[in-house]
Amino acid sequence: MSKHTLSVLVENKPGVLARIAGLFSRRGFNIDSLAVGPTEHPEVSRMTIVVSVEESPLEQVTKQLNKLVEVIKIVELDGPGSVNRELLLVKVRADASTRGAVLDAVQLFRAKVVDVSPDAVTVQAVGNADKLSDLLRVLEPFGIRELVQSGMVAIGRGSRSISERPQRPVAVPAPPMAV
Amino acid sequence: MTEQDGKGSGAVSGAQSLVTSLEAAGVTDIFGIPGGAILPAYDPLMDSTRIRHILVRHEQGAGHAAQGYAAATGRVGVCMATSGPGATNLVTPLADAHMDSVPLVAITGQVGASMIGTDAFQEADIRGITMPITKHNFLVTDPADIPARIAEAFHIASTGRPGPVLVDIAKSALQAQTTFAWPTELHLPGYRPVTTPHAKQIREAVRLIKDARRPVLYVGGGVIRARASRELAQLAALTGIPVVTTLMARGAFPDSHPQNLGMPGMHGTVAAVAGLQKSDLIISLGARFDDRVTGNLDSFAPHALVIHADIDPAEIGKNRHTDVPIVGDCKEVIAQLVTLLQTEGADGDYEAWVAFLAGVKKQYPLGYDTPATGLAPQYVIERLGAIAGPDTIFTSGVGQHQMWAAQFIGYELPNTWLNSGGLGTMGYAVPAAMGAKVGMPDSTVWAVDGDGCFQMTNQELATCAINDIPIKVAIINNESLGMVRQWQTLFYNERYSNTDLHSKRIPDFVKLADAYGCVGLACESPEEVDATIEKAMAINDQPVVVDFRVHRDAMVWPMVAAGSSNDEIKYARDLAPDFDENDL
Repeated sequence: MSKHTLSVLVENKPGVLARIAGLFSRRGFNIDSLAVGPTEHPEVSRMTIVVSVEESPLEQVTKQLNKLVEVIKIVELDGPGSVNRELLLVKVRADASTRGAVLDAVQLFRAKVVDVSPDAVTVQAVGNADKLSDLLRVLEPFGIRELVQSGMVAIGRGSRSISERPQRPVAVPAPPMAV
Repeated sequence: MTEQDGKGSGAVSGAQSLVTSLEAAGVTDIFGIPGGAILPAYDPLMDSTRIRHILVRHEQGAGHAAQGYAAATGRVGVCMATSGPGATNLVTPLADAHMDSVPLVAITGQVGASMIGTDAFQEADIRGITMPITKHNFLVTDPADIPARIAEAFHIASTGRPGPVLVDIAKSALQAQTTFAWPTELHLPGYRPVTTPHAKQIREAVRLIKDARRPVLYVGGGVIRARASRELAQLAALTGIPVVTTLMARGAFPDSHPQNLGMPGMHGTVAAVAGLQKSDLIISLGARFDDRVTGNLDSFAPHALVIHADIDPAEIGKNRHTDVPIVGDCKEVIAQLVTLLQTEGADGDYEAWVAFLAGVKKQYPLGYDTPATGLAPQYVIERLGAIAGPDTIFTSGVGQHQMWAAQFIGYELPNTWLNSGGLGTMGYAVPAAMGAKVGMPDSTVWAVDGDGCFQMTNQELATCAINDIPIKVAIINNESLGMVRQWQTLFYNERYSNTDLHSKRIPDFVKLADAYGCVGLACESPEEVDATIEKAMAINDQPVVVDFRVHRDAMVWPMVAAGSSNDEIKYARDLAPDFDENDL
């Protein structure tokens, strides 16, 4: 199985997330990570969904997603052609004797300390999955007290945008008689 | 949102806006039951001169009636229910309509907007519950949204691959004051069904058709929904390619036509199963390679290339690899195939193949054993088809009687065979017949039902009797859950666990029919069959229920056991057909 990153533009309406999550579960596909947020158009939200599937089930996932009325567009982003990032916040044990070493690691990974207490520091790091797992490997020996990680967000490289304006509306047939 | 010129009006209640919206959408018939949350809508509904509301006895009946109405007429069927249990009773028909692509709009009341999420009386999250079994659904809490959501619901239900749409409306929105404004345009940026096929794919398909030696037209329910029977007839006539019609497509191509091999699948004809299994080109038109058709998928039609035409891109390649995918409406797809084949010349050489299949069809016709005593269910159904004639609309429940009705009635016209194919819903027949009769009042409508199925939804006989909906019901009473019993006979050492219904004793179907204001008839012997059917045919002012008391050991043949290869088809118990493949 290989990981695939889908960027899904959806209408910004209540219940859309439930629809998409439900579709994955009932069709038997596992979501590795999912992130939702607003886009440059207030009526459109963007989801970045990472799934581990083979090529042919991936096509089925995409087609099933496309059938959802509130899904506007789906683009698969490949690794080299896109930038992908996750956010990590991790609380690491750090007292006077180990703080220096922890801070060294933080600096090496171009991470940031966002909170300090006498026996711990909270580190914020942004990067792709590999970088974040490398950072965690380095911090692990000091003692990780708590960890939270966002889903991945991704965007294609270059000047093209996937979120063009939605197309023209559909005309409604006139009522059968004056109502 | 702009309003239609002159269609705007002053302040009205949300409920009035709903009724006016339904009128604007062209609704003339609704099947439903009122209750607390939907109650405001029923007040203006009483004054509507355009909409006939038929008060059913159970919401499931409303849903199946709307399905039968839609399947018989091609128009969107409409059902209405209140919140909570009213809405959850619609779940089965919605799931059924979703599987069989039936255009349906369900309107449900919801508790007031401020009560949503509080576990209020008769609250159920019907939008959440029906997400997986509807094409789309809406929750409306703002009365101003009612016209647009109704217009969207009808548009989505009836276009593309048809399906059910549920509109859940909070009671507070029905009660509030609003203005009615019917939209002139819809904003559905994610909904763009493709109906016109790609010319390149049509060219590629025609190339394969001309090169094939053993092609078969695999016709599914999409041809019925697309109203493409005329185009299909042209394609078949032009090419001479043999046709199989799936359970959902019975009637899409006349059974009397020599090219029609019958129904494929688990209980298909030997010729239709062989026609798919041994073909070198399957031309799938609005079919979906369902497991009941393919049997074991890995060994299904091993030498066939596949042209798969469907309006739903997700069906293409879902189960079987496709060589030429065509996304489009079957009517347009087939018309374009015909046009290109006419231009290029439909000169495929299928002679040996057609002769081989004609031989199989002749050697392995559909048939059944006549029992020494008692009544053969197949005989009853065969006579019913012959006497009622090809203009009659038949509905059925699910099980043995359904398969026999699919096998032994000759269908000549589309939309005359309505059944629950994908979901396999017992209890579909009576309410669906009711809906079909409302939609097609001049047609004779027969429900071919089993004694098990009939007991699931027969309360709608009251609805039929009271509302002057004279359907006819043939109960194929083998006092068992017959299909389950058949499997117990074949696969469970004749251990009949919980399949004996005793329905020749309880209930008395004739008395039950009488109690419901219907004419009740009974028939036990082959000699009485024709006269009983003719008697039922002569009654047109009242529903009729006929208790055909048939022998219980009849089985449905041919049969491909579940999960087996189509090559393992049994013509009768322990009898496999012998194909002389050297003929090919």
